[in-house]
Amino acid sequence: MQVKLTVNGEARSADIEPRLLLVHYLREHLGLRAANVGCDTTSCGACTVLLNGRSVKSCTVLTAQAAGAQVITAEGLGSKDSLHPVQAAFRQEHGLQCGFCTPGMVMAATSLLAENPNPTEEQVREGLEGNLCRCTGYHNIVRAVLAAAQAGGGAAPPAAGGGAGQEAGQ
Amino acid sequence: MIPAPFDYVAATSAAHALDLLAQHGDDAKLLAGGHSLLPMMKLRLAQPAVLIDIGQVEELRGITASGDELVIGAMTRHAELAASDLVRAGAPLLAHAAAQVGDPQIRHRGTIGGSLAHADPAADLPMALVALGGSVEVRGPGGSRVVGADDFFAGYFETALEEGELLAAVRVPSRPGVPWGYQKFVRRANDWAIVGAAAIGGRIALANMGPKPVRALAAEQALAGGASPAEAAELAAEGTSPGEDIHADRAYRQHLARVLTRRALEHQS
Repeated sequence: MQVKLTVNGEARSADIEPRLLLVHYLREHLGLRAANVGCDTTSCGACTVLLNGRSVKSCTVLTAQAAGAQVITAEGLGSKDSLHPVQAAFRQEHGLQCGFCTPGMVMAATSLLAENPNPTEEQVREGLEGNLCRCTGYHNIVRAVLAAAQAGGGAAPPAAGGGAGQEAGQ
Repeated sequence: MIPAPFDYVAATSAAHALDLLAQHGDDAKLLAGGHSLLPMMKLRLAQPAVLIDIGQVEELRGITASGDELVIGAMTRHAELAASDLVRAGAPLLAHAAAQVGDPQIRHRGTIGGSLAHADPAADLPMALVALGGSVEVRGPGGSRVVGADDFFAGYFETALEEGELLAAVRVPSRPGVPWGYQKFVRRANDWAIVGAAAIGGRIALANMGPKPVRALAAEQALAGGASPAEAAELAAEGTSPGEDIHADRAYRQHLARVLTRRALEHQS
């Protein structure tokens, strides 16, 4: 089947099997490998991307369900030369250890800050309950999200457009 | 994990979805947010030949006040329900329950209609609907009908929905200011309830205490007869026959039902 969607600001037309999961489309068809397949059961959040500005687990979304939608992955959030405030805060606060959960954490945090630009520490911890870090490096991750909030990360749109927090195209 | 192959059709309206259901019959499943169905399909516990996606059907979304009821479109997502001013004012128990489902990503996708039609007895929204004494609006080839919460859930993952029917909307009484309590016992973040209890206006519903969300009728009757919350809660597990699993055996679940019911009655918002 044919599906049209926008990924990191680029219009895409995909000829796919209906059963193709969004995470596999991103990784295998587009070569965007930031979203990881961790648990593959909607638990760990390593595959988190923004769908119309809201965090979703792309292992549990069909590519077909994203027809007409805007998808943003960590690749589209900022660039190496110009990190998104949430990415910059993760680097600054060392909000990562092995790095496997990091793209999902960053996307979940971006969605969280778009909905609540000034969260308390408790709200950050609850807001990231859908993302697991098996290095257990949560303290610095939470610190990074709070630092990103202070830096105004909630208001910063992804470099690739498709502003977080807006349900465009629904 | 990859689902077995299927054909995909995006419905453009509720009527279109009903036509597609009539055309494909038993081979088809409706796809809402997909956060119960897709995991089952990935595990090959479900292998529908056709998926009818109703996730983009605009007329099935949205929340309105109608008389003394709130009418919630079946495709309303948990995050929308939790954030809705109408729901927070008129049925805060439901807004709270929606905020307990899974995690933020799941709440961005999952829908109230999908969750109720899936009818997991351990889930938040079925218990909330039973506690609130709400109902669901069902559309089928022969027209619409309204089914009360107590009659809608039939058993493990079974509802009163007949073949060819679609859950179109959810109705709950709007009762601003009526005290309510909600308790969910879990061992891990974003998990289903090992046992849950929800109480409002003399009604008490329990999650995961049997094949469907059940009322704690003996406790309700004791409350109505003037018993204290603690006395009534002692009767919460009467008549229940919960399943056993790695998390809890039957006696422990019944103990939890009593404790959580007491807390739901004593700690009300």
